[in-house]
Amino acid sequence: MIPVAFEYFAPATVDEALGLLREHSDAKVLAGGQSLMPALRLRLAAPEVIVDIQKIDDLRGVRDDGDALVIGAMTPHSTVESDPLVAEHARLIALATATVGDPQIRHRGTFGGSLAHADPAADLPVVAVALDASFVIAGPDGRRTVPASEFFQGVFSTALGEDELLVEVRVPKYTGWGAHYEKFNRVAQGWSIVSVAAAVRLDGDSIAEARVGLGNMGSTPVRATAVEAALVGQPATADAVREAAARAADGTSPVSDINGDADYRRHLATVLTRRAVLAAAGTA
Amino acid sequence: MTATEERPATEIGASRRRKEDARLITGRTRWTDNIVLPGLQHIAMVRSPFAHARITSIDAEAAKAASGVVAVITGADIADEQGALPNAWAIIPDQKAPVHPSMAVDHVAFAGEIVAMVIARTAAEANDAADLVDVDYEELEPALELKAAARDEVIAHPDLGTNVSAVWSYDSAESGTGGDVEAAIAAARDGGIVIEEEFRQQRLIPAFMEPRSIVVDPTTEQMTVWSATQVPHFVKIFIALVLGIPESKVRVIAPDVGGGFGGKLQFTPEEVLTVIAARRTGKPCKYTETRSESLMAAHHGRDQWQQVTLAANADGTVTGLKVELIADMGAYLGLVTSAIPLLGAFMYNGIYKFPAYHIGITNVFTNKTWTDAYRGAGRPEATYAIERLMDELAARVGVDALEIRERNWIKHEEFPFSTVSGLRYDSGNYEAATAKARELFGYDDLRAEQRKRRESGDPVQLGIGVSTFTEMCGLAPSRWLGSMGYVGGGWEHAAVRMLPTGKVEVVTGTSPHGQGHETAWSQLVADRLGVAFEDVEVLHGDTQVAVRGLDTYGSRSLAVGGMAVLAAADKVIEKAKPIAAQLLEANADDLDFSGGRYGVRGTDAGMTMAELAFAVFQGHKLDGSAEGCLDADATLDPDDFSFPHGTHLCAVEVDTETGATKIRSYVCVDDVGVVVNPMIVEGQVHGGIAQGIAQALFEEALHDDSGTLVTGSFDQYTLPAAPDLPTFETARTETPATTNQLGVKGVGEAGTIASTPAVVNAIVDALRPLGVTDVPMPCTPYRVWTAIQKSASQEGSRS
Ligand SMILES: Cc1cc2nc3c(=O)[nH]c(=O)nc-3n(C[C@H](O)[C@H](O)[C@H](O)COP(=O)(O)OP(=O)(O)OC[C@H]3O[C@@H](n4cnc5c(N)ncnc54)[C@H](O)[C@@H]3O)c2cc1C
Repeated sequence: MIPVAFEYFAPATVDEALGLLREHSDAKVLAGGQSLMPALRLRLAAPEVIVDIQKIDDLRGVRDDGDALVIGAMTPHSTVESDPLVAEHARLIALATATVGDPQIRHRGTFGGSLAHADPAADLPVVAVALDASFVIAGPDGRRTVPASEFFQGVFSTALGEDELLVEVRVPKYTGWGAHYEKFNRVAQGWSIVSVAAAVRLDGDSIAEARVGLGNMGSTPVRATAVEAALVGQPATADAVREAAARAADGTSPVSDINGDADYRRHLATVLTRRAVLAAAGTA
Repeated sequence: MTATEERPATEIGASRRRKEDARLITGRTRWTDNIVLPGLQHIAMVRSPFAHARITSIDAEAAKAASGVVAVITGADIADEQGALPNAWAIIPDQKAPVHPSMAVDHVAFAGEIVAMVIARTAAEANDAADLVDVDYEELEPALELKAAARDEVIAHPDLGTNVSAVWSYDSAESGTGGDVEAAIAAARDGGIVIEEEFRQQRLIPAFMEPRSIVVDPTTEQMTVWSATQVPHFVKIFIALVLGIPESKVRVIAPDVGGGFGGKLQFTPEEVLTVIAARRTGKPCKYTETRSESLMAAHHGRDQWQQVTLAANADGTVTGLKVELIADMGAYLGLVTSAIPLLGAFMYNGIYKFPAYHIGITNVFTNKTWTDAYRGAGRPEATYAIERLMDELAARVGVDALEIRERNWIKHEEFPFSTVSGLRYDSGNYEAATAKARELFGYDDLRAEQRKRRESGDPVQLGIGVSTFTEMCGLAPSRWLGSMGYVGGGWEHAAVRMLPTGKVEVVTGTSPHGQGHETAWSQLVADRLGVAFEDVEVLHGDTQVAVRGLDTYGSRSLAVGGMAVLAAADKVIEKAKPIAAQLLEANADDLDFSGGRYGVRGTDAGMTMAELAFAVFQGHKLDGSAEGCLDADATLDPDDFSFPHGTHLCAVEVDTETGATKIRSYVCVDDVGVVVNPMIVEGQVHGGIAQGIAQALFEEALHDDSGTLVTGSFDQYTLPAAPDLPTFETARTETPATTNQLGVKGVGEAGTIASTPAVVNAIVDALRPLGVTDVPMPCTPYRVWTAIQKSASQEGSRS
């Protein structure tokens, strides 16, 4: 459990970090280390250079930016989980973050690290997709913004180039929406077998808008758009939601592994979607 | 003195906080990996990625040239030096086994087998160089599936010619302990009940917290070997026997050891190789396994197929039980691999009076990590089979699961009872334990709730699982072990030394690795010698100090080792008597020993043990008629096993939509005889239940089609943590054992044995109305859901 030797840098600014990434072709960014360190120790990854971005204070924190909430890439899960702005405008993120690993992991691991890592079973990519977040990426040619639907490209694969850094994530405000995160796993600290992130805006007793994201139902998180469309205008009752949720697995291609085959995952997606939407609507 | 006033009236029975915990919990102690010696070198192992292969060549040149490397050693280099690893238990005289090398020479038989080692100045350099060792393999087809292996479809060790190591059986008709089981089954087919089931005991990994670690210092006159082991005394003997080193030149120390669960009841390849590395280089060497190596290469547990047939009368009175089991040895035989199924063979009849019994065991090799003892070792398997069957029988007869057990169990007035498998149960009271468990659990209320949920078609169904058990503890009478083919004995040794300042050193041959012997043995001796609990120091695990001993496993430590401690303490009291008589100028017959003091009957005159110890130290006033020493040694061989028992009840909520199981409540009433320290007993029960639940719900070692361990990290090998387990409600009844002087029985494995069937019975009970009669372990949500779907589609096709 000793990593292969590497050279280590700890830049203080984004520009310095970008310079190092440009200079070294075989470099890896180190954020909270909760995914990268195990990979290094198991020698599954053996970069020649580590660029540790812990010291870049600019990347940490949550701020209000008009109609969006901006979460710095290096904001630890523990901050996101308890941040008042997140609670008010994007409660779904707080709920999902609270299910990540255990308190030690949530103090070390970061919001941006989890998104950049892009594990299909992780909890934050699915809420980012559900909430239509956009990703601000800094690179040699300046900054660009990528929507969630394009950021996640496959298992452990994102729109980030090797010489780029994820700096912050912009989340539209969902003030007043109901939210619920259903994570189905075998043990409390286990990864999702399937997860469903739901946010619902009610108009009186009926659903005015809905966002439903599915985790681990394919190589990237997906929006259950058929369910979202079917929910609009419906009363938030068990029957109506059940009917809409039946379409949750439409168009998905989940993996089969020791925790369940694809059929089981599709079935779980419908059950969990129903539960998540009802809970988000406060009618569970 | 106020301190004295706060003391418990007797130490035995007091929930003393464990003396050893502060250092164990903080880790500020001598874990083997914490040991650093001048000039210490580090070892990294190169392991086979293939389950079955021939080694065609090894190129170690690049590794030898790497920075910091002292030596690279391959199997060919030490083929003659390494000897073969021992199996200590031939269950039949012509048991077959492949030669078990510490380092493969030309043939590898499981993924994870060591093929080379690198010795370097630092651990990092050793790791880096290990990656440079270039091994060429010619892959062979691996024998992986146990039943196919039993049919010799693919041979794990081509040289052996067969995968079958041994076939063993016990038959009550042949042994004169009961009737003919085939006749009982035939009779039951005609108007009675015959239940045939097949159960899978999945492969488990002991997953102790502290990985195995070894440090060897060859520069001392006695070579010193520190090892994170349960069995330092075994390791000493086997280093001598396997490597041809005089036993008197070896000292083995098990310092603080972080758990074992049977997984460190082994003499390991890594121990042999670290000794060889140190001997060859003449310098201290350390090897500490990584977690990945530990999961892959430390021995695994369970892994059996059990085919069981239960015959009963229409009223549910069992008339016979037949068991045919296939046990996976894995690639080699470890110390007692071959005997694990045998240790279960006497327990399939559980707490019941069966008139006829037969068991057949087939031990089979595969190309997987070798198996061996894991908490319970044979007895959880047996208890699982019979307790699952009793629930199926209750369902068939249409009576309550507790009722069916009561119809068959041994009544408390029937003890001592000779069982159909040939054991003699000395004591027990199953009625009392069950009645208490039933009440604590709120059994009738839960049954009422269950009915309601069934009637309303609640998607979350409630299931109630029952498990009773007894187990043979206190391993073991040496005569019995000898008669079963084991090479060693089952005695234990202890010494008690009175120090001049009134303190007491107790030396025990048991080797605690989390069980709290330092505390419990202190309580035993404090009571017996009338000294303060704090004044007793318990020493263990170092063969230079604990010279004789047979270590810790099989719930033996208190029932055998603790009784040896008491025997030694009794000798100290005896030895002190003539000395006290002499110093008190009294007749020995007029002395009474009580409260740690010899007093002259009818007078105030007397001397405490501390005063006597000091007088003996000075020796000034001794006249030489008695030996001037109070210290004593004692070896104790138990007369028989002890038989703890208990009733465990589990309520689960099964979400039929997702297959998820939630344990709602868990109640157990254990009868472990006399309790020395209730807190320690509680801890053992809690940990045991957790591990048994883990078998029922979470754990399984899985290999892919090529024989690679898929569950090779804790990411994949699912261990439960506190949030995944309910609050356990534990209670006890106390029926003293009659086979030892204190009436203790043993508690190390009880929870593990009872909880697995309790949980699975509860799941099946929840789903029985849906047509489910079994769920294979571990009962993951996916498996539970699949079982529901399967029976739903069967119901569908039937209607
Ligand atoms: C025991 C355990 C349990 C866990 N359980 C869960 C769980 O239940 N749910 C869950 O979602 N996650 C879980 N995690 C993962 C955890 O959320 C990690 O924090 C997260 O996956 C990675 O974040 P990090 O900050 O630690 O990133 P690191 O491990 O440092 O980096 C991860 C990857 O992202 C890259 N990277 C990081 N930051 C940036 C950036 N700003 N720009 C570009 N690339 C970047 C790194 O180069 C690396 O490839 C668990 C981890 C552990 C160890």
